[in-house]
Amino acid sequence: MTKPIDQFTWKDIPLGCVVTEAGNAHEYKTGDWKSQRPVVDTSKCIKCGVCWIFCPDAAIYKNEEGYFLANLDYCKGCGICARECWTGCITMVEEEK
Amino acid sequence: MTDKRVGMEVSIAAAEAVKMARAECVAAYPITPQTHIVEHLSELVANGELEAEFVPVESEHSAMSVCAGTSAVGARTYTSTSAQGLSLMSEILYIVSAMRLPIVMSVANRAMSAPLSIWNDHSDIMTCRDCGWIQIFAENGQEVFDQTICAFKIAEDPRVLTPAMVNLDGFTLSHVVESIYEVSQETVDQFLPPYKPVYRLHPDQPVTMGAFGMPEIFAEARKAQDIALRDSYSVILEVWEEWGKRTGRHYNPVETYRMDGAKIALLTMGSFGEVAMEAVDRMRKKGIPLGLLKLRLWRPFPFEDIRKSVQGLEMLVVMDRAISTGGIGGPVASELKSALYGQAKRPKIISFIAGLGGRDVPPEHFEEMVGQAMKLKGKRKIEEFYTIGIRGE
Repeated sequence: MTKPIDQFTWKDIPLGCVVTEAGNAHEYKTGDWKSQRPVVDTSKCIKCGVCWIFCPDAAIYKNEEGYFLANLDYCKGCGICARECWTGCITMVEEEK
Repeated sequence: MTDKRVGMEVSIAAAEAVKMARAECVAAYPITPQTHIVEHLSELVANGELEAEFVPVESEHSAMSVCAGTSAVGARTYTSTSAQGLSLMSEILYIVSAMRLPIVMSVANRAMSAPLSIWNDHSDIMTCRDCGWIQIFAENGQEVFDQTICAFKIAEDPRVLTPAMVNLDGFTLSHVVESIYEVSQETVDQFLPPYKPVYRLHPDQPVTMGAFGMPEIFAEARKAQDIALRDSYSVILEVWEEWGKRTGRHYNPVETYRMDGAKIALLTMGSFGEVAMEAVDRMRKKGIPLGLLKLRLWRPFPFEDIRKSVQGLEMLVVMDRAISTGGIGGPVASELKSALYGQAKRPKIISFIAGLGGRDVPPEHFEEMVGQAMKLKGKRKIEEFYTIGIRGE
């Protein structure tokens, strides 16, 4: 994106609001929608990746040690990972602010 | 230039115009009184006379949705509907105009039920007044044919890229046989080159269409769309001028009839213009300084043409074919009142509603409207609207 969306005038709007850049949804951080965030207890995690499979936002990634964690820039806090986790290693924690 | 004159049902003429425009996709659902248009198009496709995808969808909502898809991939796209069908596609009408997809549609105007009616008035299109489409009203079969071809050129112009609809009165136009000057395919091809989209859905150059718009951007997007629709006005004039040069048939946003020295004028939209002409001739013979204005372009609304046309008029008698229930009454009269409100000198506008749900409006009714309006001259109290031909007035 050339400039932040709230600086576009009506003259800057592309024809029919077409988005010409493929995959630019990654610039839109949806993480601030959440009211709860997933916290992983790695001592219980068996690295099965079921959370990664179920995450509807593809917000879960595998870290260097092989644990699956949520990218909080995109995680909306839906809690599906915690619900599906086989070992119960994910806890949803209230966001403080 | 124009070739021969042939007797043809107006619906068939509309379909032939779509064929000559070389539409590449037709998605439609049959509904009276539009049926003959799409029936004929499906025959043309089946016979191989028109090389197009004909998609027989299961509803009008789907018809316009298919049109959105085919137009988005860059195909010249056409559909047609009436009344309840138009309402069912209403949601998508707004979407395709905001996505700037140059779909062309014929609307065979019909009353909105209930009581269930298949007959003509303008209540269907008035429900979609603000859907962002270019809206043209045809007065006769020749105009339906000509305007259908022009609609593609207007809609697809890169300065416009906005869908366009041609309104033709159901039955009174759609089902009558008129003599129509056909145009050669060569003339149409020269006038209307293949559609070249600015953006289209194509895997080689991916784009997203119809994306989500946050409050930070929605208002700007809507304004850009409104400006584009308003600016289409000059392209419409250009296209009509070119059509006039090629065929000898010239079109204007507001047509005038016997307006020289007129103090009173009738205003109509659609096929009743020809009946009103008869009434004007009769009243002129009696020495009444009556003229006629025929509104061809409904959206974008031709404000300046209207303001110019009413100069010198004392009274403007507007005939509406729809009623804004519980409100101002006639939608066309309401628009005219708004358009002229800021003018220092403006005619008194008398609004009449007639011809609802297929009720005939003979020349005598137009004479009656003018007669009643003349009695209101100098009167302070003028009703929001009056009706003609409704029993128990």
